[in-house]
Amino acid sequence: MNNPQLDADGRLKHLLSIEGLPKKILNQILDTAESFVGVAEREVKKVPLLRGKTVCNLFFENSTRTRTTFEIAAKRLSADVISLNVNASSQSKGETILDTINNLIAMHADMFVVRHAQSGAAHFIAQHVPAHIHVINAGDGRHSHPTQGLLDVFTIRKYKPDLHNLRVAIVGDILHSRVARSEIHALTTLGVPEIRVIAPKTLLPTQVEKLGVHVYHDINAGLKDVDVVMMLRLQNERMNGAMLPSVQEYFKTYGLTQERLALAKPDAIVMHPGPMNRGVEIDSSVADGRQSVILPQVTYGIAIRMAVMAILAGGQAGGAQ
Amino acid sequence: MSIVIKNGRVIDPKNNVDQQLDVYVAAGKIAGIGAAPAGFVANQTIEAAHLVVCPGLVDLSARLREPGDEHKARLVSELKAAVAGGVTSLACPPDTDPVLDEPGLVEMLQYRAKQQGLANVYPLGAITRQLQGKALAEMSELQTAGCVGFSQANTAITDTQVLWRAMEYAATFGYTLFFHAEEPFLAANGVAHDGEVASRLGLKGIPSAAEALALASILRIAQETGAKVHISRLSTAEGVAMVRTAKSQGLNITSDVSANHLHLTEHDIGYFNTHCHLKPPLRSQRDKDALCLGLKDGTIDAVCSDHTPVDDDAKLTTFAEAEIGATGLELLLPLTLKWAQQEKLSLTAAIASITCTPANILGISAGDLSINSIADICIFDANAYWTVNANTIKSQGKNTPFLGLELAGKVNFTVVNGKIVYPQ
Repeated sequence: MNNPQLDADGRLKHLLSIEGLPKKILNQILDTAESFVGVAEREVKKVPLLRGKTVCNLFFENSTRTRTTFEIAAKRLSADVISLNVNASSQSKGETILDTINNLIAMHADMFVVRHAQSGAAHFIAQHVPAHIHVINAGDGRHSHPTQGLLDVFTIRKYKPDLHNLRVAIVGDILHSRVARSEIHALTTLGVPEIRVIAPKTLLPTQVEKLGVHVYHDINAGLKDVDVVMMLRLQNERMNGAMLPSVQEYFKTYGLTQERLALAKPDAIVMHPGPMNRGVEIDSSVADGRQSVILPQVTYGIAIRMAVMAILAGGQAGGAQ
Repeated sequence: MSIVIKNGRVIDPKNNVDQQLDVYVAAGKIAGIGAAPAGFVANQTIEAAHLVVCPGLVDLSARLREPGDEHKARLVSELKAAVAGGVTSLACPPDTDPVLDEPGLVEMLQYRAKQQGLANVYPLGAITRQLQGKALAEMSELQTAGCVGFSQANTAITDTQVLWRAMEYAATFGYTLFFHAEEPFLAANGVAHDGEVASRLGLKGIPSAAEALALASILRIAQETGAKVHISRLSTAEGVAMVRTAKSQGLNITSDVSANHLHLTEHDIGYFNTHCHLKPPLRSQRDKDALCLGLKDGTIDAVCSDHTPVDDDAKLTTFAEAEIGATGLELLLPLTLKWAQQEKLSLTAAIASITCTPANILGISAGDLSINSIADICIFDANAYWTVNANTIKSQGKNTPFLGLELAGKVNFTVVNGKIVYPQ
């Protein structure tokens, strides 16, 4: 089976999932992003790499942060950007995904940034676009959110450059989380030796250990001596039902508090993909505390997304001048 | 009309025949095997040297999509597909639109099928009205109209009281009930086997326990009521073990497996291949091995095609949203042959699981080449390879995980009621 993300020469054609991407390409994206971090600090926050290209943000599922950061990233690369909330328009009129895509292709879109509630949506679209069009997965169901995974490891690398000597804990709703899956694949590919997932059994996927992680149900044991704590958002609809009895109980058993964070290494960093539920998965004092790198994550997110777009559109060149 | 089929290797599992013999067909029946009956004059001769001559195949589950889903497939297209695949008798589940829960619908379906003069259609009536699992359908009336058994198609009877009554009622008349064992609450919204692959791909899983739980209820109630039960499309190792135990305890049960599940596992989903969105889901390698072994040791009695043609658009979407099912009538023979070859079993064993055994489960006179039986015959080349693609498949549904694959086992002629119906 061909890797749908790479072209015949092994270059990145679409970014659909971290799984299946070689370490070389992950590092290429991370290194390229490094060169884009400075662009935002310039007086003219633009580079001309995507001038004349049209990037189409296609959001079949609502999102504010991810869509905005993709928009900013594309604009800083001088692309023309259109953002569509398909949820609100075509799909409600019964248009199929392919019809929507084909219409946009007819309008000469060059790149699609796609978010969809169903796992595999980005793969599906990538299979059906002409060869010159690139697809970036901005989150598909529970499957993958590769730019989030990349910006997370980018952030980790900034604070903890030696990835080969790290202990990382991912805490929360792993079962429904495309972010967790992407983080796990990114970390394992880049050689992080110990990845822990911490959650009640109801929020863990079947055979999660096959992804290469250690499973903890006790957060106190799981956080012991870790270098990085990655918190996950608990979706509202999971809070009071068969998955979890209540928000209060979840916070008591799995919420990240100062006391619990003290079990990790003293210089451990705390991450969260946002949007946060303060007082549900994370205490405000931790979210705003000295170990939190949650806002830098957002900043780096733009650099990562610029890097991915630049590499896809410009072939190997990439990078800010 | 009389036909002589010359020099073929006749394999008739029911009568323990595997020998090069001539077959004589007259007046719609098998008139002689080996020696011509007195005064026999052939109108037609089929030269069958190097070919296998066996009973027409009997498929325990093929959806024809009529009435109600004609955009997916038509009776005509699917019956042509059946005979192109050597299938001369097939049972169709009741999940049409409207549901086969009224005698008039069954009569109409049979009438329309008979007009085609292709494969014989044996409807399975609904066990409960509208398949809702609440009130029993008129089983006796449906049986008079032509139903050979009763089924809930892919749905379950969740109310065990109703399940119990359905079995008691069916047992009263000796009807066979066909169940797809899947506990619907555990399976809710699931689209793939709850295992490594679904976890990786972020697909909602259907745990193996869903099959075991449903089976536990069905088998226990079957034991209490003495009902004749057929378990359709087993998918798990645990399910196979449960059926094996139930059989050893003397329960009146039979079971089948779909040809897809003899060859595919969860890993075949690959990058969200919607052709692999099937019911039951493709399970683990361990489950697949247990199904193959179960079929070999007789725990599983028969192979069915689980023919479920779907229109192209319905598969052109994300995995979870893609419609369930695969086309199968034309793959039943090659996939069963492939299983037998892998298990190093004889052609006789392979053919038995798609002829006399399923015929016996349906209680129909088909699936053998006994003298004076209806002449339904499949003549195929076991060593001829063909490629599965949209052109070679006659069914209106071109959806199958086997697209692009080369399979051995090509049907050359199909005879129904003593007439050559394929090729036309």
